[in-house]
Amino acid sequence: MRWGLDSQSHCSTTKDKREQRLRVISREVLWQNSRQFGTLIGLFAVMVIFWILSPYFLSVSNLMNIAEQTSINAIIAVGMTFVIITAGIDLSVGSIVALSGIVLADLLQGGHSEPVAIVAGLTVGTVCGLVNGSLISYGKLPPFIATLGMMSVARGTALFYSDGRPISGFDAGFRFIATGEVLSIPVPVILMGLLYVVAYVVLNRTKLGRYAYAIGGNEEAANLSGINTKLIKTVVYGMCGLLSGLAAVVLTARLNSAQPIAGIMYELDAIAAVVIGGTSLIGGEGKISGTLIGAFIMGILRNGLNLLGISSFTQQIIIGSVIILAVLIDMALRKDRKPLFGKGLFK
Amino acid sequence: MDTGTQKDAAASPSGSAPAQSSGVILKMQKIRKEYPGVLALDDVNFELRQGEVHVLLGENGAGKSTLIKILTGAHQATGGDILLFGNKTHLASPKHSQDLGIGVIYQELHLIPSLTAAENVFLGREKTDSLGFIDSALLQASTVQILSDLGVTLDCTKPVKHFGIAQQQMIEVAKALSLDAKILVMDEPTSALSDSEIQQLFTAIRKLKAKGVSVIYISHRLEEIFEIGDRVTVLRDGKVVGTKNIPETSRAELIRMMVDRELADQYPRQRTPPGNEVLRVEKLCRKGAFTDVSFTLSAGEILGISGLLGSGRTELARAIFGVDPIDSGTIYVQGKRQKISSPRAAINLRLGFLTEDRKSQGLVLCLSVKENITLSSLDSFSRLGFVDFHKEEHEADGYVRDLRIRTPHLHQHAMHLSGGNQQKVVLAKWLSSKADIFIFDEPTRGIDVGSKVEIYQLMNQLTARGVAIIMISSELPEILGMSDRVLVLRHHEIAAELGAGEATQETIMRYALGA
Repeated sequence: MRWGLDSQSHCSTTKDKREQRLRVISREVLWQNSRQFGTLIGLFAVMVIFWILSPYFLSVSNLMNIAEQTSINAIIAVGMTFVIITAGIDLSVGSIVALSGIVLADLLQGGHSEPVAIVAGLTVGTVCGLVNGSLISYGKLPPFIATLGMMSVARGTALFYSDGRPISGFDAGFRFIATGEVLSIPVPVILMGLLYVVAYVVLNRTKLGRYAYAIGGNEEAANLSGINTKLIKTVVYGMCGLLSGLAAVVLTARLNSAQPIAGIMYELDAIAAVVIGGTSLIGGEGKISGTLIGAFIMGILRNGLNLLGISSFTQQIIIGSVIILAVLIDMALRKDRKPLFGKGLFK
Repeated sequence: MDTGTQKDAAASPSGSAPAQSSGVILKMQKIRKEYPGVLALDDVNFELRQGEVHVLLGENGAGKSTLIKILTGAHQATGGDILLFGNKTHLASPKHSQDLGIGVIYQELHLIPSLTAAENVFLGREKTDSLGFIDSALLQASTVQILSDLGVTLDCTKPVKHFGIAQQQMIEVAKALSLDAKILVMDEPTSALSDSEIQQLFTAIRKLKAKGVSVIYISHRLEEIFEIGDRVTVLRDGKVVGTKNIPETSRAELIRMMVDRELADQYPRQRTPPGNEVLRVEKLCRKGAFTDVSFTLSAGEILGISGLLGSGRTELARAIFGVDPIDSGTIYVQGKRQKISSPRAAINLRLGFLTEDRKSQGLVLCLSVKENITLSSLDSFSRLGFVDFHKEEHEADGYVRDLRIRTPHLHQHAMHLSGGNQQKVVLAKWLSSKADIFIFDEPTRGIDVGSKVEIYQLMNQLTARGVAIIMISSELPEILGMSDRVLVLRHHEIAAELGAGEATQETIMRYALGA
């Protein structure tokens, strides 16, 4: 009866035990993925709705369009996923996008080569992220406060540096990053795809990923287990900054312009993608694939609502409601996930 | 059934009850509770008399908690009847059960730290004056009255966060009494109390009894049960094994009922001749935590550290393990002077620390058994930062088998394991990091008797292999039963070092209290 405790029974043979273990594992895996599955169903539901409402929606060119439009948010959301898994938050990503973009554009217009300018843009983002991480780890600031400060500092620096004016007009070579295609797939989409593969590997196969989960799950226990929690957290925020810098490169190439007021509200889009993807804001759990689906749900909503000619004011109302709804559903699923075992109910 | 007589008794609940089934105020009959895949309670019968302390005993997972959850209305039984004061009752919710006079004191206290005792006691039921403002004076007076009935005096105008756990517990009891509780459920109330605080609690419980309040008392500590209990009901695997009058039973009998096997010896210490000195601590100081602590530890030895809560025991362990910095003093590991500035440094010197609180410091509950086991040794299963899952699983699987960790599979989240098995996972973590100096802080707190013995046996196996152990514990029998030497801490200093021969409960207490 009590299959959860049966592994101690001496009579069952090894084979039985193995079979039973496999059965239990597959049940567990199914449970763990059921939420993922829920998000995927959400994605398809949104697609079907728009397909019914607009025949153009499912055309190849529109789908490519969606992927391309989603790519920037999806790139930032990778960093945000790592941050949120460590039980943190990064509100400064949008401002970092603006600052990185401005530095990049200024260097490009100053006649520097593209690799130099791009590396500089990425570096600016990384440094901002590392500052966030250091303030949080070593300065012991709450992530919300540290990154709220950085949000304002980076935005202000971008405005100051550019005198509040956009920097526009770049070579076609640079713009290839956004406009180019390889095998008729837009470069930003390829970039995004590669990034998610790398992020998946880092999160699931490396020490860094494991430690991120451990810190989010129980920072004290992680520290007592000899994990350098401060360093790991600093690195994670640094990565989030780096990816914001990468998003800035793609954005600047796509718009053929860098604007000091770019990236406003990007932090909320990224957080929304992560949360819709089923990552818990409490930390310690979450999946990178969920974030990609979450980013696509956001992207499809924007695209579909545009196709239907719904005003941007109304769009905000709808998107906000969808975020709330998604999290409500997620919490409901979480609730009946809890009593998986009858034990530990009354601690 | 004898419901007829029950109804009669119900007619005069407060009046002096007739002879036989005198003053049975609660009867739970054939209670069943099924969870998906688990039968948690199987036809459980339980009765509670007025003014008695009825102990519920059983290993973790035996069904005590489920029974209590049903009694408090948090869960509903899938079968059986509850007769409360003789009336068949359906307890629909915690609020409902509270209204009917059932109060619960949980292991984790549920007070709001920033509010005063009076504000906590009357939270949600504040009495107001004619203008609708809260009548603080009245609330305070009532709270002081209830507390003094319990033999407790404390300042009801201070926020409760300034009080110790024992006093906070009294405030919880006062809250239950202010709700006119006739039945008080106490779930391991002494797990965080020192010996003198336990006595204070017992005094209060005796006063409650005298007032006719019935107490359902859950505890793993057998010695307490004999001190405070009137009757005991033992549960095992969701069934009642039996109910006994405390004076008519013995410790051995209760253990046998709980685990269905004779535990030849509760403390099966097998001493090994101590080897080389592996750890030496000289004049260690940390302001406000401990002063001038010196001791040595040899391979194969268990050094017990005893002392009241707040005597600096845990702080000492944390400092040796590099969690908190020391102000002065030196630490020698394997004869070499070492500066241990972080847990990582301690782990590299092959130290392991099993913390007092497994859930908040020892485990990452949302990670799997495997991931918890390899948390501090992941380096040895990784190359270039990539984890070798195959090696990792092999390692974890080995420890699950060696330590007989009861888990359906390696990917089970640590939160679903019982206390004893969680402790084994933490132990496996340190074994995996190749520790040979272990600090066990309250190694068996909240662990049932059967698992306790298993943990002790593991400690024996470790010392037989030359591992050295520092064991901090509040349980004197454990200290006496397992240690080769005992250090007694008092007021942040070492009060005595006792050999196994000299240490008795009395001597240790004498040094710990400074009497």
